[in-house]
Amino acid sequence: MSDFESKGQRFISLCMLGILLFNYPILALFNVSGTVFGVPVLYAYIFIAWVALIVLMALVAESND
Amino acid sequence: MLHGTVIILTSFAYLGLLFAIAYYADKRADAGRSVIASPYIYSLSLAVYATAWTFYGSVGRAASDGVGFLPIYIGPTLMIALWWVVLRKILRISKQNRITSLADFIASRYGKSALLGGLVTIIAVIGILPYISLQLKAVSNSFTILVQYPEIIMPTQIGAAPLRQDTALWVALILAAFTIAFGTRHLDAAEHHPGMVAAIAFESLVKLLAFLAVGVFVTFGIYNGFGDLFARAAAEPKLRAMLTPLEGVAGSYANWVWLTILSMMAIMFLPRQFQIAVIENVDEKHLNKAIWLFPLYMVAINVFVLPIAFGGLLRFPDGGVDADAFVLTLPMAEKRELLALLVFIGGLSAATGMVIVETIALSTMVCNDLVMPLLLRMRSLKLNQRRDLTGLLLGIRRGAIVLIILLGYLYFRLAGEAYALVSIGLISFAAVAQFAPAILGGIFWKGGTRAGALCGLLAGFAVWFYTLLLPALARSGWLPIGLLEHGPFGIELLKPLQLFGLSGLDQINHAMIWSMIANIGAYVGVSLSVSPSADEHRQASLFVDVFKQTGESGGARFWRGTASVPDLYSLLARFLGSAAADGAFGEYASAKGERWPSDRLVADAGLVHHVEVQLAGAIGAASARIMVASVVKEEALTINEVREILDEASQVVAYSHRLEQKSSELEAATSELRAANERLKELDRLKDDFVSTVTHELRTPLTSIRAFTDILLDHPDVELETRKKFLGIITKETERLTRLINQVLDLAKIESGKAEWIESPIDLKEVISDTLAAMGPLFRENKITLEARLPERVSPVNADLDRMIQVMLNLLSNAVKFCDRSNGRIGVALLEYDGCLRVDVRDNGRGISLEDQAAVFNKFRQVGDTLTDKPHGSGLGLHISRQIVEHFGGRMWVESELGGGACFSFTLPAGAAAGKRRA
Repeated sequence: MSDFESKGQRFISLCMLGILLFNYPILALFNVSGTVFGVPVLYAYIFIAWVALIVLMALVAESND
Repeated sequence: MLHGTVIILTSFAYLGLLFAIAYYADKRADAGRSVIASPYIYSLSLAVYATAWTFYGSVGRAASDGVGFLPIYIGPTLMIALWWVVLRKILRISKQNRITSLADFIASRYGKSALLGGLVTIIAVIGILPYISLQLKAVSNSFTILVQYPEIIMPTQIGAAPLRQDTALWVALILAAFTIAFGTRHLDAAEHHPGMVAAIAFESLVKLLAFLAVGVFVTFGIYNGFGDLFARAAAEPKLRAMLTPLEGVAGSYANWVWLTILSMMAIMFLPRQFQIAVIENVDEKHLNKAIWLFPLYMVAINVFVLPIAFGGLLRFPDGGVDADAFVLTLPMAEKRELLALLVFIGGLSAATGMVIVETIALSTMVCNDLVMPLLLRMRSLKLNQRRDLTGLLLGIRRGAIVLIILLGYLYFRLAGEAYALVSIGLISFAAVAQFAPAILGGIFWKGGTRAGALCGLLAGFAVWFYTLLLPALARSGWLPIGLLEHGPFGIELLKPLQLFGLSGLDQINHAMIWSMIANIGAYVGVSLSVSPSADEHRQASLFVDVFKQTGESGGARFWRGTASVPDLYSLLARFLGSAAADGAFGEYASAKGERWPSDRLVADAGLVHHVEVQLAGAIGAASARIMVASVVKEEALTINEVREILDEASQVVAYSHRLEQKSSELEAATSELRAANERLKELDRLKDDFVSTVTHELRTPLTSIRAFTDILLDHPDVELETRKKFLGIITKETERLTRLINQVLDLAKIESGKAEWIESPIDLKEVISDTLAAMGPLFRENKITLEARLPERVSPVNADLDRMIQVMLNLLSNAVKFCDRSNGRIGVALLEYDGCLRVDVRDNGRGISLEDQAAVFNKFRQVGDTLTDKPHGSGLGLHISRQIVEHFGGRMWVESELGGGACFSFTLPAGAAAGKRRA
């Protein structure tokens, strides 16, 4: 049961990380004009952070099974 | 050439293909080799979340709000991060209780309340209607646009068609027929639809591929990649503002946050998501893959939304083309017929997927939680006596499907034209968000009651209806528009869009804030003030503590009454057919080690519960309860009895936990006692040793004093020379005696902590030089060479001057005693390092063996053979020296090997460090 609980706790902290990443004020930091490889900074940030979060979720989901 | 006939034929061919997939999957499932027993199919089928709204509407919203559409997909990702905690629990509960729908889940949680199930069903149906109408609108619009090819003309420019030629109506009818064929071919006790799930997974692939195809075409075909596209958009003054959109176009961060929360609820509580994620789930382990695959799908289908939106705005700058249609009109404008057709099919698959699953989920709810409970209560229908009810159940469901889709069409005709796709969808999101308090509260909080859930749902739904649905109808001209502008009866405070004067918010945020306050407030408030019934108490415990129970027997311990096996069997056979009933009874009998049919099977609590759960799978928990109650004589448990059953288990656990704690405390105390006892014994032995050693040491000099005084007394004529010698010995032995007694007293003082220490900064180098000078004669007498290596200056140490002299004297006199007899050499060194002063006293005697090294510091310990060697001292000197050094925060030790001399060393912290240590 302890494995299950720690997995749950990891997921909860990932959710909190996500809430932090996609919210004021972090979001406001990237809400600036300018581009990254031709893509507006905000758009680039959101998609990169999104994929990074999913990668972390995949790591936790597939761990100790 | 894209003629209408070609489009229609392609559409039917596509629907036919879907049907073939579903048929194949059903056959495979019947054969026990289900294709949907795969986490990948499960993840794909979850993507039923992406509807025509995603397919067409995301671009529409992006064209006005920039990234404003993304929370609808980021929110679910955040919620999915919690699936391991939340959805896994819902899954487990649903499996154990054979939950058939969202309404069934809520009804079952709050004491199998038929009233609550009915209310949830009504809210779900009304709330989802706008969403279904959205799909109809999307399909009919895209068809109308595509059929104009190569012209690009918006449906609004064509004007309303007469009813018979209205595409939306035809789409609705075809979808209804298709859904009936899909979802209600037969009645499954577990409400599993493997064929439907396989088809939905296939549809998810089609819509993703179609969307990606358009995205790639626009980004890399029309433009030269992302950089080129965004650079051109930045060159347009009108579009530049959308590149950093959160301050400007997309509204405030508050909009962003509320949209995120709203979609977090939607991914859990939309009836179709609940159907796919919970009811159709075949294995809890599939979650592990779905948790990251499904969010990845959402990323993939969103990557090209912004490029398509910007591409569309650049291509159609005059606003003549609805942004919701960019996905379709861009390939059309570029004369790509096949791509346009693929887009249409993609949109069709997104829409059909949603409508099929949603209406199947809703029809199950309407049948199990609304119609059946009502019919069963109407005694005049005598449903209890009907032989076979499966046909009736299927009929109700088919009727419900047609009704729901036609109601969706009605909403489309009434209000659909006034809103963009996204706004219509959000109205539905806000409706299903009303289920969140009752469900989430229900699985984590035992205190939530039926009355609380009823009041919360009613209050939340009422606010939703008033602030979202009424304005939609008013804007479409079905209610006076004055209602929005001046409030009902001219009461400004009650204006539906600025309730109680709350203004400046998006319509959806405004509705969410008020409805959630009303919903959660009523749910918690009423739950806390009304005490639950026995049924509610039992169900609350079964749901909240689901991971503490095993198997289906969880509910059986709450049942008491009498029943007969034939009654139960015929009940089950009436609803499921006799084959399924035989199967269910056989399963139960073999679990009991019996055979079915058998006379020995007892209609006990376990069997009654088993039958009720099987029945619940077909007609819902509330109806199943009514039916089972009609054939058994049940003794109702009082609330206190339920509490007792629940408490009994927890009391046993608590009691054994306390016992465990007590016994471990006892163990600890015992071992402490044993250790103390050992220590006492050791001390006692040491004391005995001490006394006997001291006595022995005192007797040796006393004996020799006594002997010489006797000689002098008995022989007064002893020569003067001899007399002097004897008196000299006597004096020496007396001195030794005095020294011994002083040392014993000294030791007693140190050990009892009564010794007086006079601390002052002293120069250790001076102490050593003085001691060496004082001992000069002794060294010369023994012909010992002295090598002293003392630095120029050393830091002072905090210590007692006399005590330090005592230590040096002791070490040096020991060195003299044990030095080589003929060629004695003593080395003294003083070093300063690491904030420490270190003194080494080295001799070249015979050394101390390794075993003795630790012992030399013990009391009365004389190294060497005690039989042959004459003792050289009291055996207390080193012990006392070490006590002194340790008192001043230092350390004393010896390094030696036999035949290689010995080196006694001690360290003392230098002044500053010493001060700090004692501070």
